[in-house]
Amino acid sequence: MTKSQFALVVIGAAIILALPMVGGNYTLRLCTIMLMYATLAMAWNFIGGFAGYPSFGIAAFFGLGAYAGAVVQARGVPVVAAWAFAAVVGSVFAYVLGLILLRLRGHAFAIATLVIAEVLREITNGLTDLTGGGMGLNLPFFGWGPDALIRFFFYAMFALAAITLAATYLVAHSRLGFGLHCIKQNEDAADIVGINTTLYKIIAFTLSGGFAAAAGALYASWTGYIEPADVYDVLFSIKPILMVLIGGMGTVLGPCLGAVVFLVLDEIVWRNFLQLHTGILGLLIVILILFLPAGVLSFDWRMLFKKKVSAT
Amino acid sequence: MIFFQYFVNGLILGGLYACIAAGFSLVWGVLNIINILHGSFIVFGAFIAILSYNYLGIHPFLSVISAGLILGALGYVTQLGVINRVVTQSVLVTLILTFGLELMMNNAMLIAFTADYRKVILERSLGVLEAGGVFIPMDRAAATVIAFLLILGLWLLMRMTSIGRAIVAVRFDREAAQLMGVDVARTYAITFALGGALAGAAGALISVSFPISPLSGPLFLSKAFVICILGGVGSVPGAALGGLIFGMVESFGAVFFGSEYALTLAFIVLIILLLIRPHGLLGVKGY
Repeated sequence: MTKSQFALVVIGAAIILALPMVGGNYTLRLCTIMLMYATLAMAWNFIGGFAGYPSFGIAAFFGLGAYAGAVVQARGVPVVAAWAFAAVVGSVFAYVLGLILLRLRGHAFAIATLVIAEVLREITNGLTDLTGGGMGLNLPFFGWGPDALIRFFFYAMFALAAITLAATYLVAHSRLGFGLHCIKQNEDAADIVGINTTLYKIIAFTLSGGFAAAAGALYASWTGYIEPADVYDVLFSIKPILMVLIGGMGTVLGPCLGAVVFLVLDEIVWRNFLQLHTGILGLLIVILILFLPAGVLSFDWRMLFKKKVSAT
Repeated sequence: MIFFQYFVNGLILGGLYACIAAGFSLVWGVLNIINILHGSFIVFGAFIAILSYNYLGIHPFLSVISAGLILGALGYVTQLGVINRVVTQSVLVTLILTFGLELMMNNAMLIAFTADYRKVILERSLGVLEAGGVFIPMDRAAATVIAFLLILGLWLLMRMTSIGRAIVAVRFDREAAQLMGVDVARTYAITFALGGALAGAAGALISVSFPISPLSGPLFLSKAFVICILGGVGSVPGAALGGLIFGMVESFGAVFFGSEYALTLAFIVLIILLLIRPHGLLGVKGY
C-alpha cells in the first residue's frame, strides 16, 4: 500500500466514524450495511481475489455464522462471545470443507461451493428443534431504543470491517499473499517451486469462512430475526463477488471501494424501482461484466462502440 | 412389491431429470459455461405449456414443440448477442453473467406469471395403469418416454448431422475447428439454442406432473448440476444415465431419509463422486 492509499484509508475511516454525530438513523443503517458488505467482499477476496478460486460459498458461511451466533445467543451467551463463537464455527467449517473441496478446480469448485448454501439451508430447515426450521429464529431483544441500537451495531460492524481490512493487509504483504498470488497465476508451477499450495489455499478459505460467519452473526443480532431463506440467499454469494470485480481483484482496498460503489447503485435502484429491483440488478451485472471486466477503473468509452465477438 | 413401485417412480422421475440435465450438460461441455439461466428456461417452457392448455386447449405434449422453438430462439439470441462476448473468459465471469441474465428473466416472469404454483390439470387424463400391484401414472410415463425420445434425438443430431459434428469439433478443439472452416460463434449460438430448446421441452413435460412457479428455477438448476456431474459433463448418454440414477436416489432416498434431505443426499453422493471420479460416470478425461 502506498502512502496516498494509506492516507485514503485514514480519511475514509475518519469520515465513517464521524457519521454518528451528523447523520440520521437512515444514513447509519445504510453505512452499517455497507460495512457488512465490505467485510463480505474482503472475505471473498482471500480465496477469490488472491488465490483466484471461483468460490460461491459466502452465503453458506454467512448463513452458518448467523445461525451459530443466534442459537448460542438465544441460550443466553453474551453477544460479543456469540459473534466470536460464530467466527470459530465458520472457520472450522471452512477448514474441513476446504480439505475436501480445494482438490477441485474451476467449474467443479464453483458448483460445489454454490450448492453448499442450498444444502445448509435444507439441514437448517430440518433441524427444527435447534433452529426453528422454516419458522425462523427470534433473538433476544436488546431493550434499547433505535438510536442506541443502530449506533452499537454501526460501531461493531466498523470494528469487524477494520479487523478484516487489517487481515487483508497482512495477508497481502506476507509470504502467504505471495504464495496465493503464485497459485492464481499457475498452481502447478507454484507447487513445483516449493509453495505448499494445499495449506495456503486452505488458510485462505478458512479466513474467508471465518470473517463471513462473523458478519453473519452480527447481522443476525442486528435484525433480531433470521430465517433460512433470508440468510442463505444466493445473493450473499454473488454481491461480494461483484463488489470485488468492481473494485479490483486481489487488491487490499478494492473490495471496500467496490462495496461503496455497488451499494450506492443498489440503493438508488431499490428506492426507485421496488418491483423491478432484481431485474435491474441483473442488468447492472450484465453491463458490468460486458463492459467493465477489470473493474471501474478500467472503464473505456471506446469499448461501447467497438464490435467484438470474443468467440471468433 | 413396494420396491417395484419405488423403482417405477424413480424411472419416471429419472426421464424428466435426464431431459432437464441434457441441455445443461451440452452447454457446459461445449461452451464451458455454467448456465444459471437453465432453471428459468425450464420454468418458462412450463408456463408456455400451461398457458397454451388453459387458453388454447393445446395438449402439453404438443406444446413441447412450441416451447422448444421459443426457448431455442431465445437461447440463440442470448448467446449470439450477449454471452459470446465473454465466452472465453473464466468461469467466474461467465457464471456471474448468466446469473445477471437469470435475475432479469426471473423478475420478468414473477411480474408476468406471479409467484403462484401452477400445473396443467388434464381434462382427459390417460389415467393410472395397475400392473401386478404397481401403479403407473400414464401421463407421467408418457412424458418420460417423450423425454427419452428427445434425448435420443439430440444424440442422433450430434452424431449424424453436420451441425452436430461441428459442435463436437468445437468442443474438442476450438482453434482447429475454426481453421477447418467452422463458424465458432454461430456454433456456440446453436449449441446454446439446443440447450434452451431442451430446457423448454423439459418444462412443458414437467407441467403435467409437478406444480411449477417462477421460484422453482433454482431447484431444477441444482438438480441439473448434480445430474450433469454424475453422468459426466458434455455427455448426452451420461445425462440420461445420471438422470436415471438421480431419479432412483431421490425415490429410494425419500423412503430411508425423508424427502426433505433429498438435495443433501444428492450433494453427498456428488462430493464423493467428484473425489473418486472427477469426470463423471461416462465422462471422457480431457478431450
